[in-house]
Amino acid sequence: MPCDEANHVCNKTQYKEATLWEKIKLNIHLIYCRACRKYTKNNTKLTKKIKESKVECLDKKCKKHMKKNLQKAIREHSI
Amino acid sequence: MSKHQINPNKWIDLYSDYLFNYTISRVSDREIAQDLVQDTFLAGLKSMKNFKGEASERTWLISILKRKIIDHYRKINSKKGKAEVRISYNDDSETEGDWLEERVADPYDKTAEDTLQNAELGNAIHNCLGKLPEKQADVFKMKTIQGFETEIICNELNITASNLWVIIHRARTAMADCLKENWF
Repeated sequence: MPCDEANHVCNKTQYKEATLWEKIKLNIHLIYCRACRKYTKNNTKLTKKIKESKVECLDKKCKKHMKKNLQKAIREHSI
Repeated sequence: MSKHQINPNKWIDLYSDYLFNYTISRVSDREIAQDLVQDTFLAGLKSMKNFKGEASERTWLISILKRKIIDHYRKINSKKGKAEVRISYNDDSETEGDWLEERVADPYDKTAEDTLQNAELGNAIHNCLGKLPEKQADVFKMKTIQGFETEIICNELNITASNLWVIIHRARTAMADCLKENWF
């Protein structure tokens, strides 16, 4: 397994989308590849941190709605 | 001369997620948080002439938002009765000294500290997201924070799955680099 494929599988693992066979191949690759080990470590940490932070964001529909309201207010404001 | 410029047309794209995250860690209700953020933008627009450019636009908006959050709590508190604090100390000798134990901080109760740290981490994540190119940030948010399926994102943004994974890869690398200094 080449490194770019290993990183791809690692990314998929973060979203629980990698198959078992892919994960096995990734782990074999990690045994001898230091760069990918580092990438996997940081990547997993990122997932953990985001989960921990319970960070939230607005969905697109809501943002659109807000934009509409604000645009309307801007127009009224400039009159 | 002011160092910072103000431009309400960009507010939603630049700050709505940050403000929303700030609010939701304090009011813990999505709908109320959305309303407060919207109110903040409208109030900001009205008092634009008061913006002196000493602080950044975001800091200025946050200061408005803070007042909105306080107002929100005032409103719901005036509906309820006033909170009552009662501490009773026992006089009889049998239970003497029990209150001491009650007053000691519970080492297992770390919720307040955790919440605080999570809020800070959330801010850091939003700061890093703000540094990403818009498309990367969009895809990353949808996939990681909102948890949409790959297929749905691909349809919505009109990209292929391999496209998506390339974007995710770049975004994750940049995010990990950005957060590394303080949080890893």
